[in-house]
Amino acid sequence: MNKNLLHIRNLSIGYGSKIVAGDLSAIVPSGELICLLGSNGTGKSTLMRSICGFQPVLGGLIVIDNREVHQLNEKELSKQIAVVLTDRVVVPNANVQELVGYGRSPYTGMLGRLNAADKIIVARAMEQCGIAHKKDSLLTSLSDGERQKAFIAKALAQDTPLIILDEPTAFLDLPARVEIMQLLRDIANTSGKSILMSTHDLDLALQLSDRFWLLQNGGPLITGSPEDLLLKNAFQKMFQHKGIVFDNKTGLFKVMHAQHSQVAVKGHGFEYVLLRRALSRKGIKVIRANSDDCNRVEVNKDAQKPFSLYIGDQCIQSEDSVEVFVNRVLAAKSLLEVQSESCVLSE
Amino acid sequence: MIPIFQRKSVLIPLSLGLLLILIALNLAMGSVNIPIAEVVDIVTGKGSSNVIWENILLRTRLPQTIVALGAGMALGVAGLLMQTLFRNPLAGPSVLGISSGSSLGVGFVLLVAGQVWGFSFSRLGIWGDLAIITASLGGAFAVLALILFISHKIGGTLSVLIIGVMIGYLSNSVVGVLKFYSMEEDVHNYVIWGLGSFSRMSVDRAYLFAMITIVPSLLALFLSKSLNLMALGDRYASNLGLKIKRARLLIILCAGTLTAVVTAFCGPIIFIGMAVPHLAKLVSRTSNHLYLICNACILGAATALLCNLLARLPGMESELPINSVTAFIGAPVVISVIWKKRKENF
Repeated sequence: MNKNLLHIRNLSIGYGSKIVAGDLSAIVPSGELICLLGSNGTGKSTLMRSICGFQPVLGGLIVIDNREVHQLNEKELSKQIAVVLTDRVVVPNANVQELVGYGRSPYTGMLGRLNAADKIIVARAMEQCGIAHKKDSLLTSLSDGERQKAFIAKALAQDTPLIILDEPTAFLDLPARVEIMQLLRDIANTSGKSILMSTHDLDLALQLSDRFWLLQNGGPLITGSPEDLLLKNAFQKMFQHKGIVFDNKTGLFKVMHAQHSQVAVKGHGFEYVLLRRALSRKGIKVIRANSDDCNRVEVNKDAQKPFSLYIGDQCIQSEDSVEVFVNRVLAAKSLLEVQSESCVLSE
Repeated sequence: MIPIFQRKSVLIPLSLGLLLILIALNLAMGSVNIPIAEVVDIVTGKGSSNVIWENILLRTRLPQTIVALGAGMALGVAGLLMQTLFRNPLAGPSVLGISSGSSLGVGFVLLVAGQVWGFSFSRLGIWGDLAIITASLGGAFAVLALILFISHKIGGTLSVLIIGVMIGYLSNSVVGVLKFYSMEEDVHNYVIWGLGSFSRMSVDRAYLFAMITIVPSLLALFLSKSLNLMALGDRYASNLGLKIKRARLLIILCAGTLTAVVTAFCGPIIFIGMAVPHLAKLVSRTSNHLYLICNACILGAATALLCNLLARLPGMESELPINSVTAFIGAPVVISVIWKKRKENF
């Protein structure tokens, strides 16, 4: 499993004389799911297209199976790399089975007829992608997720050691994203094929991929397993931007909220965390209440109405809804202490 | 799942049967109706007691039927090739400007030659016909060569389409200028040529025509794998091992030759090439061009024969120009297909 299927070395990509990204080096080991991440405009798609042989490279090497990609002809390359593109193709009259069958084209004869072995491979590919029950449906009648599965099945039927997917989860809703990512994970695990996909779903990629290629503006590529990259703080540097912070422990992004006032809160537990979150979204910083704070908020998670507002040590209101309570707090000007501008992370 | 009449095993015999019926009707029906038994006897060479029937059949209806069959087949296949190559349901054999090239060639012969040498081509008989065919082929193949050259140099499918359409406009405008300065008789001849006809050929020439249309139409079956992949878009096609440039060249060459030949012998026949591919895709629910090309062959021939039949409906003294009938049949077909598809695609 440690064999390197593909490697790129000192690669420069771009159009004509314009270099989009340079000095790119990375490997694709066999049987790994690799996610390519990068902001828009860093050249993710250009890199994918260069590896697929769709456009010439400006310098450096792309080597697959010990041969240079750009020296392979269409036929040879079609047996090494299968692609799933973002292009939304409308093929008149095509059903799922036919589409997956076209994946066998590199192996069929002049008239493109499938033999018995091809038909078995096509059926197995549809089965594995969970699209076999739709094999007679027209592509135009499928949902976006089903269509994506059909194209992945086509790539599987092509029977190549490497499958490249350009943003396969764009346009999909969350359950479909997870399903597609799990499907790709499953393919990498069971078939030993390598999968290289570009994506913006960092959280899913952190959980499911073996390796990241992080493409920075202009290059180079930072590569490694998700865990190693977390240790090296690679994601912070990658997504450095005002108002957003990457949390290494959870692998999630946190949004910065500007804070203009603060309130003392007594309590603990889940209710406390939720209230703090709601208040910080409204620009109110939560501080721990001291025993001498007579204007305060108390959170008692065992009470029927857990959120209580105290002014001058008098409970003037109790609520069970965070939304209503936060509005009440905002109205009680005397409660809020104005403070200098600061920032706090969301949770 | 699939309705029984849309299954491939049922469909092709069914449409072949329909084609045979249309051939029989084309031979039997007209201003003089001939019994089918007599038709069979005459066509198979046994002869008939009725010399008039024999003359009508062998001199008029048989060549007409053969020409309609070949022309319909060629135009159907050429239209299908163009619609798939350009991934555009409105494409047809004429989008590459090849029939406009033909018109320009014929325009030069009919309109200019008459002016320069001071005679009208209609008086030349058979030599006039040959001159027109040669001019038409010359114009068509000149445009075809230009398109192939551009396709090779530029590469993009869309740019080839746009340039084809532009060549069409250019030649039409040149023809317009020629018409403006021509003799009335010549313009009349040119207009007649432009209306299209299946009845300009003798039996011998009809057989020749059938050969050079039906054989390339069937050869297009060997392009079916390329067409299937081209339908997926250039990138998917090349990822599946297709040499895009070569495939595009062969497809344009095949469709262009078919269009050029039909236009040279019958004049520019409109609408069959655009409507038949829709019919072919409608009757069998497949994207596989191996079947679609078969369908286009059979249905193209059937449509042309139907139009030919309608052009000389019993009770009418003279024939209608074929293009007015094809548009009458073709336009509703295209409209109904778009109407039926509106739910699926959008």
